[in-house]
Amino acid sequence: MINDTLIPYIAEVVDVRIDTPDVKTFRVLTPDGKKPFEHLPGQCAMISVPGVGEAMFSITSSPTNKDYMEFSIKKCGCLTEWLHMIEVGQQITIRGPYGKHFPVDNELLGKDLLFIAGGIGLAPLRSVINYVRDNRNKYGKVGIIYGARSKEDLVDYDEIIHEWMTDDDIVVDLTIDKEQDGWDGHVGFIPDFVKELSPDNSKTVLMCGPPVMIKFTLQRLIELGFEKTQIYTTMELKMKCGVGKCGRCNIGSKYVCKDGPVFRFDELDELPDEY
Amino acid sequence: MRFLSLDNLDLFFEKASEFIKIYVPVDTAGNKSSYKAWSKSTKVSKSLHTTRSAKDFFFPQTENLAEFKMSHKKIEIIDVRRDTESFAIFGVKACDARSFSILDKVYLSDPVDSFYKNRRERGLIISMTCARPSETCFCNRFGIEPSDPDGDVVFVETADGYFVKGKTKRGEDFLASISDVFEDRDSKGADEAEQKIKEVMKKLPLSDISSEAFGAGKTKDLFDREEWEKLSASCIACGTCTFVCPTCQCYDIKDFDTGHEIKRIRCWDSCMYSDFTKMAHGNIRNTQKERFRQRFMHKLVYFPENNDGLFGCVGCGRCITSCPVSMNIVKVMKEFTGEKNDQ
Repeated sequence: MINDTLIPYIAEVVDVRIDTPDVKTFRVLTPDGKKPFEHLPGQCAMISVPGVGEAMFSITSSPTNKDYMEFSIKKCGCLTEWLHMIEVGQQITIRGPYGKHFPVDNELLGKDLLFIAGGIGLAPLRSVINYVRDNRNKYGKVGIIYGARSKEDLVDYDEIIHEWMTDDDIVVDLTIDKEQDGWDGHVGFIPDFVKELSPDNSKTVLMCGPPVMIKFTLQRLIELGFEKTQIYTTMELKMKCGVGKCGRCNIGSKYVCKDGPVFRFDELDELPDEY
Repeated sequence: MRFLSLDNLDLFFEKASEFIKIYVPVDTAGNKSSYKAWSKSTKVSKSLHTTRSAKDFFFPQTENLAEFKMSHKKIEIIDVRRDTESFAIFGVKACDARSFSILDKVYLSDPVDSFYKNRRERGLIISMTCARPSETCFCNRFGIEPSDPDGDVVFVETADGYFVKGKTKRGEDFLASISDVFEDRDSKGADEAEQKIKEVMKKLPLSDISSEAFGAGKTKDLFDREEWEKLSASCIACGTCTFVCPTCQCYDIKDFDTGHEIKRIRCWDSCMYSDFTKMAHGNIRNTQKERFRQRFMHKLVYFPENNDGLFGCVGCGRCITSCPVSMNIVKVMKEFTGEKNDQ
């Protein structure tokens, strides 16, 4: 019988990194030590612990990483609570890749890119950021604006400090919501920070974060002269089957799992306000 | 033309049963009817159609997708799929017969759902004309002709028997294998029976309801309309409409620990339920108005938008007869086309 996408593969967690008090990054391989499958930046995979549940997560690692796959997962529900308890060597199930990726091979080519992320919203963007770093000559300038509740809540902090910030041609601006000891960087919410930094409105923006951050940051960007056709986001919500059949992740006639999760804001404007 | 006299109906089932399992509609308690595997004492129901639709044959209410054996940190995945035995469904009316092609759009589109496909390929559809359409019928609104249903084989009902047509190669092959139960009769009787159904359909109260307000591209016109509030006010979110609907295709996936292994189950779900869109971080459709709107927007706008204008309703009228608060798709259609709404 033909393969069915609903029947998953086995994957093994080979490393668990504690990123923040509620985010862990899981490195996964097949039982025989290979990367589970190829993907493109922004695509997702269904991860499951049988008996606990199955949910969609963005693939955090870059497609250019041929050795393994990583997922940064925030503890916020039944399955993620369980995932946060597992130890290295634990097997899980995986299926994918699902969804539309960021248009790295066409619309983004040659563009100056501005990544704006809030909290765990960095997870899907990290895949694109590292993909762009590994294909540096295909894209223009790269800027990253990233914020979290506190310094401890910045996901992948080590990678940001030791890799992204040390790249000559990448500008990283970090912010946290409230003052705290040991932080001499910017303090404040992302929408205000974006306004303050006033990025050049010729850039193409890739944005991901909590809905309230997206809403206000979008407003600031529009005020700065950005067009909605220049701004992309990823809407990972409500998905169950991953292939546009179970019927729950639609926004109007579009399915997040199949037509998204990556959308451009002018595309979202065409859809009913139900997300 | 092939004709099967009423006296030979049981013989037809008997002959067919020798090589294929055949399901027929039978009356059950409470004025309902459902499909049962034919056996010698089975009496075929004369009801308009079965209480639940025929979609169950291809998209069952629950099914096992896979099993997992868990031992310490290891998982073993067991593929539980088996080829379905060939079967035939007898007496499928035009509405249900068309619903399969709507389900096909979902389940046979890439990536193909192998569970559905397996049954679809092995199910022979023996449809039947609607000699007695009811006042809840409006299939003609969606381009369905109850005197000429889809299917592999079509039975045209007359007073003393059935004219029998093969519509597909598979249907013809099936009929050829039991050819001795049929007699040859002038096809005039079939034409007359078909004509009569067309006449009856014209007189039915819902035969002229309009779908004009709906279709691809109507999302912006309809989504924020205040009528949804009024229409959904009486909905008690029981989900019955979605369960009896031949085209409702939404499902959930749940794991069940039997104590020996974990069974991953696919089961019908309903957009009418509050937890349909519930996520760890909250719910997107918080009130019944939003859930109600989703059901009708899906059938009348979103589905046509994604499928070349094809509506996701076949006008079987089951939601009209089964809704405990008398709300249904016809009322929704009438509301938005400004027709008098007394359905």
